[in-house]
Amino acid sequence: MTLPPLRRPRPADLTATFAGFPLPAGLDIPPYRRRELVLLVFAGLLATGALAALMLAHDGKLTFQIATYGLGFFALWGVAHLAVRWFAPAADPLLLPLTAALNGIGLVMIYRIDLARSDAQRKAGEDVTVGAAQTQLVWTLLAIIVFVLVLAVMRDHTTLTRYTYTAGLAGIVLLLLPVVPGIGATINGARLWLRVGPFSFQPSEVSKILLAIFFAGYLGRMRDVISVASPTVLGLKLPRPRDLGPVVVAWAASLGVLIVEKDLGSSLLLFAMFLVILYTATEQVSWVLVGLGLFCGGAMLAYQLFDHVQVRVDGWLHAFQGTNPTSTSYQLVQGLYGFAAGGVLGTGIGQGNPTKVPFSNTDFIMASLGEELGLTGVMAILVMYMLIVMRGLRAAVAARDPFGKLLATGLSATIAFQVFVQVGGVMRLIPLTGLTLPFMSYGGSSIVANAAIIAILLRISDTTTRDKREKADPAPLFDPGAVAGAETQVVVKAT
Amino acid sequence: MDPTQPSELVLLLVKIGYLTLLWAFVLLAVRAVRADLFDPARRRTRRGVAVGAGAQGAGPIPHRPRPAQPRPAAPAPSPPNAPNAYPPSKVVVTKGPLAGTVIPLTGEPITIGRAPDSTLVLDDDFASGRHARLVPHEGRWFVEDLNSTNGTFLEHTKVTTPMPVPLGAPVRIGKTVLELRR
Repeated sequence: MTLPPLRRPRPADLTATFAGFPLPAGLDIPPYRRRELVLLVFAGLLATGALAALMLAHDGKLTFQIATYGLGFFALWGVAHLAVRWFAPAADPLLLPLTAALNGIGLVMIYRIDLARSDAQRKAGEDVTVGAAQTQLVWTLLAIIVFVLVLAVMRDHTTLTRYTYTAGLAGIVLLLLPVVPGIGATINGARLWLRVGPFSFQPSEVSKILLAIFFAGYLGRMRDVISVASPTVLGLKLPRPRDLGPVVVAWAASLGVLIVEKDLGSSLLLFAMFLVILYTATEQVSWVLVGLGLFCGGAMLAYQLFDHVQVRVDGWLHAFQGTNPTSTSYQLVQGLYGFAAGGVLGTGIGQGNPTKVPFSNTDFIMASLGEELGLTGVMAILVMYMLIVMRGLRAAVAARDPFGKLLATGLSATIAFQVFVQVGGVMRLIPLTGLTLPFMSYGGSSIVANAAIIAILLRISDTTTRDKREKADPAPLFDPGAVAGAETQVVVKAT
Repeated sequence: MDPTQPSELVLLLVKIGYLTLLWAFVLLAVRAVRADLFDPARRRTRRGVAVGAGAQGAGPIPHRPRPAQPRPAAPAPSPPNAPNAYPPSKVVVTKGPLAGTVIPLTGEPITIGRAPDSTLVLDDDFASGRHARLVPHEGRWFVEDLNSTNGTFLEHTKVTTPMPVPLGAPVRIGKTVLELRR
C-alpha cells in the first residue's frame, strides 16, 4: 500500500529558515512573506519618494541624505517584517506594508509641517523649536518594539481569553487614570493624558484594545446563552440582565468616564466597537436597533448637558455662518479651504500652506494631505485604510474560534470607525471629534496602540492559517484488524 | 519656502509621479489580495474547511503527488467499494449548510464535528463535538463514528464499526450529507 507522502518537500525558503520552529506537517504556506517583503520595499519607496519630493520643493536639490533616511525607515519596518517571519510565518501579507506606507507618508507630512514652522520661526527671528517629526520617529520605533513584543509573547491569541476580566478591569482603570491628580494632564481642554517625563500618553488608546479583548472574550463565551435564553418582548429579543450585565456595566462605565473626560471621539469609538462585537456575537439585528436608539438618546442628552458638544455641533452645522469661521469653526473651515486648494491633484508635497490649519499634524493631518496630494492622494490613502480593515475582517472570517473572530472583527471595526470619525469630522460630514488618524497623525499613544492592533490581527490570521494539527488530540488510529475480524468492535472514546 | 529654485514643470512632474507611485502601491496591494482570493486551491475550499487543507495546494510548486483534481463535479460510476480502482481525491458536502464544500483528500484522516479544530467544522445542533472521521487504509477510505450522540449513517446504515465508503455513497452526519468523489 502506498499512501501519498504526507508532505511534499518544501523548497528552501526564507520563511522556513527564519521560522524558529518547524512548520506543521502537510502544511504549505503561500508565499506570503515574499509578497510582504515586495510590498514593504514599495512602501519604503513611497516614504522616500515623499521625502525626496518635499526636499526638492523646499531646498531645490536632492541630497544623499534622503536615501539614508529612506534606508533607515525601511530598516525600521524591516525589523517588524523579520519578526513576522519569525513569529507568525503564515500571517497576512498585506497588513504590515500598508501600515508602513501610511506611517511613512504621515512621518513625511509631519516633517513637512515642522519645516514650514521652523521656516516661519527663522523668518521671525525666533529660536527654532525641536520638530515633531523626531518625536514621532521615536514613537514609531517604540511602536515597532511593541509590535514585535506582542507577536513574540502572544504565540496563540486564545491565551487572551484567560485574561478576559483582567483586561476589562485594566481597560476601565486605564480610562480612569487621567482623572487622578499628579499623573493626569490636561492638554487642549481634555483631561485624557498621562504625563511621564517629556512624553505624554493617552491611555484611552490602550484601553480600547483591552476592552475589545474583554467584549470579545465575554461575548464569545456567552453568545449562545445570550441569543437563545433571551425572552422576546414586543418582537425584540431582550437579554436577561445577568447575561449581559458585566458587559453593559463595563461599557457604561467606560462611556461615563469618557464623557466626564470630555473625550467624545473615544466614547463614540468604544460604543461602535461594542455594538459591532455584540452584533457579530449574537446576530440579533434588534439589538443593533436598540443600540442605535441608545446612541441617539445619548447624543441628545450630551447635546443638552455639555457646552463643548453644542459648540462642536454648531461649528459643524453652521461652519460658514456668522462669526463661526473666525472662532468656533476656524479650524474646520481652514481645513476645508485646504482641501479646496488641493483640488484633484493637489499642490504637490511641500508646496501648499497646510500650516494655516491649527493642529495640522495631528487631528487635521488629513486636511494637510488633501491640500498637498489632492483628491487622488486622499483616495489612495483611504483605499489603504480600507485594505487594512478588509484584511482584518478576512482574518475574522477565517478564524475558527469565536474569540478570535470577535476580536478580529472588533479591532478591524475600531480602525474603520476611527478613520471614518476622524476623516468625516475633518471633511465636515459629521461633527468634529478629537480622534487621531491611525498610523499617520502625530501622537505617540495612537501609533503604539494601533501597531499592537495590527500585531494582534497578524497573530489571529497566522494561527488560523497554520494547521492546528500540532495541537490535535492524539486519538488512536483505528485498528485495521478490527475490520477484518468483524467480532472485534473498535470503541473510540469521543472527546 | 523659497519658490525660486526648481522649475514649475519639474515640480508638476514630481507631483504627478508621486501620485502614480501611490496608486501603483495600492494596485500592487490589491493584486496581492486578488492572488490570495483566487488562489486555485483556496477557491475550492469554503467556510468550515480546514484552512491548512486549503493552503496546501497554494505553494510555489504547482506539482502535487495526488492526481490533478478534475474540475467537473460529476463522478464517473465505478464499481462500489472496489479497492484501489479509482482512489477518491476529495470529499464533497452535498447537503446541509456547508453544501458545496470540497475537501481534498491527502492521506490524512479527516475529522468531522462541531469542535473548532475539526477538519470539517459543522454548525449543526445534531452533530457532536467530535462526531466522525474518515480514515484511509490500504487505498480505501473508512468512515468511523466517534461515539456520537445521533450517529453517523452510510447509505441509511448506522455506522457502528469503521465501514469502507464507496465512491458517491452518502454519509449523513446530522443535517450534513457528504460523499467521496474522484
